[in-house]
Amino acid sequence: MEVDSETKFRFVQSVYVYEAPLRLWHWVNALCVVILTVTGYLIANPLHSTTGEASANYLMGYMRFAHFSAGYILAISFIGRIYWAFVGNHHSRQMFILPIFNKHWWEEVFFEMRWYLFLEKEPKKYIGHNPLAQLSMFFFVVLGSIFMIFTGFAMYSEGAGQGSWQDRLFGWVIPLFGQSQDVHTAHHLGMWVMVIFMMVHIYAAIREDIMSRQSLVSTMISGHRMFKDNRD
Amino acid sequence: MSDLDTFYATMRRQGITRRSFLKFCSLTATALGLSPDYIGKIAYAMETKPRTPVLWLHGLECTCCSESFIRSAHPLAKDVVLSMISLDYDDTLMAAAGHQAEASLEATIKKYYGNYILAVEGNPPLNEDGMFCITGGRPFVEKLKHAAAGAKAIIAWGSCASWGCVQAAKPNPTQATPIHKVILDKPVIKVPGCPPIAEVMTGVITYMLTFDRLPELDRQGRPKMFYSQRIHDKCYRRPHFDAGQYVESWDDENARKGYCLYKVGCKGPTTYNACSTVRWNDGVSFPIGSGHGCLGCSEDGFWDKGSFYDRVTDIHQFGIEANADTLGATAAGVAGVGIAVHAALSAIKRAQQTESNQE
Ligand code: SF4
Repeated sequence: MEVDSETKFRFVQSVYVYEAPLRLWHWVNALCVVILTVTGYLIANPLHSTTGEASANYLMGYMRFAHFSAGYILAISFIGRIYWAFVGNHHSRQMFILPIFNKHWWEEVFFEMRWYLFLEKEPKKYIGHNPLAQLSMFFFVVLGSIFMIFTGFAMYSEGAGQGSWQDRLFGWVIPLFGQSQDVHTAHHLGMWVMVIFMMVHIYAAIREDIMSRQSLVSTMISGHRMFKDNRD
Repeated sequence: MSDLDTFYATMRRQGITRRSFLKFCSLTATALGLSPDYIGKIAYAMETKPRTPVLWLHGLECTCCSESFIRSAHPLAKDVVLSMISLDYDDTLMAAAGHQAEASLEATIKKYYGNYILAVEGNPPLNEDGMFCITGGRPFVEKLKHAAAGAKAIIAWGSCASWGCVQAAKPNPTQATPIHKVILDKPVIKVPGCPPIAEVMTGVITYMLTFDRLPELDRQGRPKMFYSQRIHDKCYRRPHFDAGQYVESWDDENARKGYCLYKVGCKGPTTYNACSTVRWNDGVSFPIGSGHGCLGCSEDGFWDKGSFYDRVTDIHQFGIEANADTLGATAAGVAGVGIAVHAALSAIKRAQQTESNQE
């Protein structure tokens, strides 16, 4: 994949980057991650006890229901997202494949790092993700989601029971980690990694929207990348 | 002892009536969770099959497995030991001692080579050539390998034999090693627990003897019939768990009401065993029934998984006392401060730039 900044687009003010299914996936995924984080934290650290008859309460049950439902939606939409990488435009593939053998791409990664460290005066223009963003999308969104889906469904299979399809597909993860408690711990750490990613992601998107030479936040809503100037 | 009568012949010789024998068969079928038509099959097997010789070795262990075993109520341990198996060697239970006992071990290995079941309680320490556990004058690991060579199958009793248990807890100075990592060429059936439930032990042995095959095992080598579900899946406090009703601290009102022990560290949700269904001491109780959370004693490395009283347990890889939450929240806090500082710097820089642009 070539670096987008190389392409000349002197007279182009706006490019259609993110197609509708991709934008839909982004926001569904975002909602799921928020629900999963909140309910996941509260499953590990439950709220103060409810009172009254056990049969009149179902707080933990609802927490787990929300967590599992959001987990299913996240997993299914992630599969949909992979499908879209095959049929969508070339930007839809960017997150999944890192051009690690492209020297110029690495130079751009370091350029972006310098930009974030205030060492570069002016940022470059990118139609898709900038290389640094691409790198973090790959590690946090792609690998992070896969990790959370696999550990999550492995734990779900414990309740679904031996022989269930969840068990057959994901049950092997538990002995891989050692035992069930280790998988819980790893999944929990994974949640915190996702929380930190979300913080940085939202901050970087807003900051870029203000400081860079292109739109960021609105692009994930309208799909159009706007450029603020006509220079290279 | 060594002449292999059928089970039935032995039982009759002990004065057990046919009626009692059939009762025993139906009880066994029930204990194994089999349908009623298995009663006939079990009876037939016991009338025709010779008793299986069993060798029971003790390595680095505390004998809690044996203690548990001899308290089995369904089937009674005496039925298993006297009628069903011919326990040819068990240095704790047998009458012989010293050279006599070792001679009987050798005799059994030779006589039934390839046909006996080897039950191992405890595990061999491998450090210093196995010198941390000497039985009968030589390292246990040698005795184990010697006895395993002629065994049909091996039962690893308890968490010691299955996973390593307390003697293998970090830093494991004697290098205590579970059976399946020492004996690589024989099927090893893990019956973990510290100790395993008596009825589970006799149930596994009864199954192997009556059907002459290994019970179905899960991915980690445990018999599915007893280890396919977690304590939590069948716990009688589960309605309180789902309702969100927990013991908040020991001896609080919720503890008196018998609420779920999740918040005080119950490991039931991550522990595979039959305690919540079979229970202990002839079905009297089990830890959660007595108001204490499950420790997870039948799980791999349960000594090294942090406190028994934490739900989110410590992660030792970091060398400090930290669990996923303290670690995650600290990292998120650092990231938050980093973002705030970065944002402030960005704002200052931008303000400077606009100023210089205007000039
Ligand atoms: S007491 Fe333990 S095993 Fe029982 S429901 Fe609560 S967490 Fe689960």
